Amino acid sequence: MQVILAQALLGLNVGVFYAMLSLGLAVIFGLLNIINFAHGAMYMLGAFIALIGYSFLEQWLGISLQIGFWASLILVPLLVGLLGVLIERLLLRRLYDLDHIYGLLLTFGITLILQGLFSNYFNVSGTPYPGQPESLSGVVNLGFMYFPTYRLFAIVFSLVVCFATWFFIEHTKLGSRLRAGVENPDLTQAFGLNVPLMITLTFAFGAGLAGLAGVLAAPIYSVSPLMGADLIIVVFAVVVIGGMGSIMGAILSGLALGLIEGLTKVIYPPAASTVIFFLMVLVLLFRPAGLFGKEK
Amino acid sequence: MTNRILFILMLVAGLTAPFYAYPVFVMDLLCFALFACAFNLLLGYAGLLSFGHAAFFGGAAYITGYVTKEWGFSPLLGILAGTGFTLVLGGIFGFLAIRRQGIYFAMVTLALAQIIYFMALQLPFTGGENGLQGIPRGELFGFIDLNNPLAMYYFVFAIFLIGFGIIHRTIHSPFGEVLQAIRENESRALSLGYDVDHFKLLAFVISATLAGLAGATKAIIFQFAALTSAHWQTSGEVILMTLVGGLGTVFGPVLGAITVGALSHELSAFGSWVQVILGTIFVVCVMTFRRGIIGEIQRLVSRKQS
Repeated sequence: MQVILAQALLGLNVGVFYAMLSLGLAVIFGLLNIINFAHGAMYMLGAFIALIGYSFLEQWLGISLQIGFWASLILVPLLVGLLGVLIERLLLRRLYDLDHIYGLLLTFGITLILQGLFSNYFNVSGTPYPGQPESLSGVVNLGFMYFPTYRLFAIVFSLVVCFATWFFIEHTKLGSRLRAGVENPDLTQAFGLNVPLMITLTFAFGAGLAGLAGVLAAPIYSVSPLMGADLIIVVFAVVVIGGMGSIMGAILSGLALGLIEGLTKVIYPPAASTVIFFLMVLVLLFRPAGLFGKEK
Repeated sequence: MTNRILFILMLVAGLTAPFYAYPVFVMDLLCFALFACAFNLLLGYAGLLSFGHAAFFGGAAYITGYVTKEWGFSPLLGILAGTGFTLVLGGIFGFLAIRRQGIYFAMVTLALAQIIYFMALQLPFTGGENGLQGIPRGELFGFIDLNNPLAMYYFVFAIFLIGFGIIHRTIHSPFGEVLQAIRENESRALSLGYDVDHFKLLAFVISATLAGLAGATKAIIFQFAALTSAHWQTSGEVILMTLVGGLGTVFGPVLGAITVGALSHELSAFGSWVQVILGTIFVVCVMTFRRGIIGEIQRLVSRKQS
């Protein structure tokens, strides 16, 4: 029983990353109709900026400067979001009139560039991030087991971010304008709302969310150029399973699939890396629009 | 007319290549060219972006490698076994994937291909990270020794020509016309009474099978089935080749495969910079050069004529 609970918690830990990433994908897809293949690379970028800020700035710049974990948690999403602004303004914007495929291919190219750049300077097998704050080290007694404090923090923090995003989009005035922009851009623009700016900011927000997930992941997993590459495909499967219809669908299916993956590790370890893809096949057979998606 | 000239050029270049280029390298290019042509049949003519074609390319290589190495199949029978495997696999993947459209289709094929990748990594016979090694080349029809580089080369060139011929025949048939109609306007094709899903599935299976043929042949050439063949970045590379050469043109993928393949080969000394450069080419192609090399040439020619 304890093993199962422990794996469930670890699974939830993975699940919050799935949820955050598929949420960012869902937000971007909802507004721009573009699958951001570079989402995994932005997650990787987030982790690397945190690592570089903590360990390499002094060595590279010669001035004693170290950006700690808490500062990274705010700075990194802003930086990755800024990259998102550049990508959207300079590149993606010119592709909106074309087939969606070109958006996917463009972001795939960006992924290759980012991965290649980091592979040149960093070890592919990964570098540990040493900046985990003192206050989050150690373990917490949960009654049935001891669980690393940091991981618990990561779970709670991501859940707060996910539900705040959901609340913002579904229950605030700005969120409703955003949804109006998705539903009918021309009409929304006619009401005097700046739709292109909304699109840019949404893309930046989604990218920033991926960057934030990267910072959170850095103290848990080793920071490597390929850390986003395999994750993004799992997140795609999560998205297909959840369906793109709702924000809540992305969050819930991300969490649930993390849990299922964790439990599979107890029952039959070799299947852990593929169980999500098999679930995707089942969902495709019986509910092609996804569990939470609307049939179009 | 242009196509006829290009075909003669390709034939002459293909027949004489081993006398001025390193045969193994040319054979590698031929496999990628066939792979890209098979992919182009799906994206360029039916408008379906599969991001999982590495599963067929890599999967066929493993099956061919296994049956020739462990069961003692002859090379031709081994290649047929690998290709047959992808025929079935393509049917299953296609059946599942055509339930979704557009970018969803791409995501589904990608996720399905990942199952094959993990199988190649974990199944007991595949050699894990090292791949399946020591695949014998064997003898063709029992008397032509494929360890002879020239014999091997012309065998591969013949396979390439057969695959290319099948694709050419498919494109220029009524079936191919229907595919292009579906690409242009799916609901119109549907309202004309065509069973769109049936046509899409057939196109997917043909494309998957020929991608498998390319992968199976590659396993015999290199005597090795590599894990990277099944990795999703290989699926990305084949898209790049098709895009560079010219999407939806008969010879584009061949030229694209040669360009990208030669470029990767020349740049291999620069390590991961290859990826950066390929990524940049990708971005440039998508932004400014969507017709590809052959597509741009055709546009120039047709403009001159009119």
